Amino acid sequence: MQNNSEPQKHTIAVLVENRFGVLSRVAGLFSARGYNIESLSVGETLDPTVSRMTLVVRGDAFVIEQVIKQLHKLIDVIKVTDLTEENHVEREMILVKVNAEPTSRAEILRIADIFRAKVVDVTPATYTLEATGDESKVTAIVELLRPFGIQELVRTGKVAIARGAKARLRRAEEKLGKVREPVPESRDAARDIGFED
Amino acid sequence: MKLTGARIFLECLKREGVDVLFGLPGGAVLPIYDALYDFAGLRHILVRQEAAAGHAAEGYARTTGKVGVALVTSGPAATNLVTALQDAYMDSIPIVAFTGQVPTHLIGNDAFQEADNVGITRPCTKHNFLVKDGKDLGSTIKEAFYLAATGRPGPVHVDLPKDVLVKEWPFEYPDKIHLRSYNPTYDGHPGQIKKAARAILKAKRPVLYVGGGVISSDASEEVRRLAEMTQTPVTTTLMGLGAFPSDHPLSLEMLGMHGTYYANMAVHQSDCLIAVGARFDDRVTGKVEMFAPNAEIIHIDIDPSSISKNIQVHIPIVGDCRRVLARLIKEIEAETQQGVPSLAREARKQWHDQIARWKAEFPLRYDWDDEVIKPQYVIQEISNLTRGEALIVTGVGQHQMWAAQYYRFKHPRAWCTSGGLGTMGYGLPTAMGVQAAHPDKLVVNIDGDGSFQMNSQELATVYESRLPVKTVIINNGCHGMVRQWQEIIYKERYCSIDLSSGPDFVKLAEAYGCVGIRATKPSEVVPALEKAFATPGPIVVDMVVDREENVFPMVPAGGANKDMILERPGKEAKAKAAKSQTGF
Repeated sequence: MQNNSEPQKHTIAVLVENRFGVLSRVAGLFSARGYNIESLSVGETLDPTVSRMTLVVRGDAFVIEQVIKQLHKLIDVIKVTDLTEENHVEREMILVKVNAEPTSRAEILRIADIFRAKVVDVTPATYTLEATGDESKVTAIVELLRPFGIQELVRTGKVAIARGAKARLRRAEEKLGKVREPVPESRDAARDIGFED
Repeated sequence: MKLTGARIFLECLKREGVDVLFGLPGGAVLPIYDALYDFAGLRHILVRQEAAAGHAAEGYARTTGKVGVALVTSGPAATNLVTALQDAYMDSIPIVAFTGQVPTHLIGNDAFQEADNVGITRPCTKHNFLVKDGKDLGSTIKEAFYLAATGRPGPVHVDLPKDVLVKEWPFEYPDKIHLRSYNPTYDGHPGQIKKAARAILKAKRPVLYVGGGVISSDASEEVRRLAEMTQTPVTTTLMGLGAFPSDHPLSLEMLGMHGTYYANMAVHQSDCLIAVGARFDDRVTGKVEMFAPNAEIIHIDIDPSSISKNIQVHIPIVGDCRRVLARLIKEIEAETQQGVPSLAREARKQWHDQIARWKAEFPLRYDWDDEVIKPQYVIQEISNLTRGEALIVTGVGQHQMWAAQYYRFKHPRAWCTSGGLGTMGYGLPTAMGVQAAHPDKLVVNIDGDGSFQMNSQELATVYESRLPVKTVIINNGCHGMVRQWQEIIYKERYCSIDLSSGPDFVKLAEAYGCVGIRATKPSEVVPALEKAFATPGPIVVDMVVDREENVFPMVPAGGANKDMILERPGKEAKAKAAKSQTGF
């Protein structure tokens, strides 16, 4: 279809039935239509019969509209929310094994400190760091560590949640009659308007 | 109450109101066939190849509106069935297909006749299930029928491991089910409907573009009322044929690649296109930028993902075609209580005059020949002799397009053709399913010689199961549609199209116990058809037709609909068509 909008990265949260085959239905939807998933993470929600997926997809407005509609069309999909349009927090965790020569060990620790990364494993020749953050932060630490020689890198894929006291997807879960836990009151209003760690 | 899984399966079908089952037994489903041995109230029709079971279920479903059912075994049977599933998926036909599976403890072991059935059918079904625990059998079957028939209908596949069928389980069949993740929208948004009503009333050159969704939601009465009260001409897609009578003064007949000149021109020039249960398929739109370029487009469809998929729509309405149209008619009635403004009346009159001119200028036509049978003539005579009251099934190819163009459709649910997938071999097995659902009606399978040969083994089924299907083979001795493209677009370099070596279809019919009739001259067409329709039992008529006849109008793939090829093109026109398609 004719479309003039620019491709953009979208973060989409999807609540699905926690059943076998669901992941392949979602993955199949993307492969069958030639859409590319940049990252995908899945985990159980408070309700063990419901899983939550966070998808990162690049596409123009038309592609994203189709992605959302096609996701809705899958029988096992309960709710789809494009978080990109609203204020939300995104995080990704990486584990990175980096060469740590005696001359560079201190510098690596300093970088880790600046990024609030943790050292989770040490050998005489390497450090393994755990870092969490949004995409730009994670990219930044990887770029800073690259000159030391990265041996291995693993990322979880993005997870995301809407900011604010209202829990958009939680309410959907509650409607399903499963989730009963009270929503804690927001004590730190600053968090609502963009607290960054 | 405890029953074997196989017995539970049959009890569930009975409770769903299934009266006919199309299938073929094998190792993994033997427990079901054993239970079927003394199970009353369920007719089983033994097909000769599994795809035929799926197509027969489609034919049953299309003509009755009920869910069609197929049952086959594991592995190769399931993979054979895939074509029918994809066919039903693309044409939104409600069927439930059951396949056997190796016992649960062997799944994944590369066991004999094992295939990853649910993995294979996942992209070609609306939904599918693997029943791992017999306790879920009843509720799964209930869900399968519910999913197939509701919302946008489609095929659902259920995979049944052998041990689940053998063991005994408590039998409970739920009366109702609720799927929290599945809530189709049936009622259209009132605001959008009001908007649509106003757009239709102020339009000067409106066109209704009606698809298969009108058939599946039984909305043809509403379409007719809307068309008549607003004096809007109606064109139907291949899937929508029968939704509006071909002979109605407002009918433009079919649009698209092989649609009529007047349908394509009317859509091209319309200022308001009302798409109902149609999905802007590429065979309908041609080049999308040139499809109804000046029209405000209203799209009524139950599937939100069909809306603005191929064409940007101005007034989308998600909902069931029948309910939305009923509401739309009410809105229009309310808006026109003070009468239609004379301005609009005048504009409509001009629009109808324009369409009448197109109809007079380029009607559907072919050249008569005294010696050679013209395929279009055969279709016209089938239409005359049956008075448009027969249930018509087709294969895929030129004969299918001629049937769509020249048969005079009167009723919905009387036409089965493979629209989206274009499955050759669809004709005979689908006709079996139609005949099984309507034992006393005349079922005519208009087939091609190429298409028919892809499932001709089902002559054994129609003979054995006493299904008096009348097959009329439009025999041009080649893959005609491919020949047509090679002639017009590939510079007459005919490659791998010749089927003139046979078989002798009369002898083939007789070998299966059916009656074979042949006609080779135009004067023999009517007597042959009269004999076929009057003779009881399954018949094959071999109509030896003009090999070189082409389907016109024709829009080369990806071209604009207004640039139709209306008759056999000359050298220059062919060169132009070739260049547009192949680049040289």
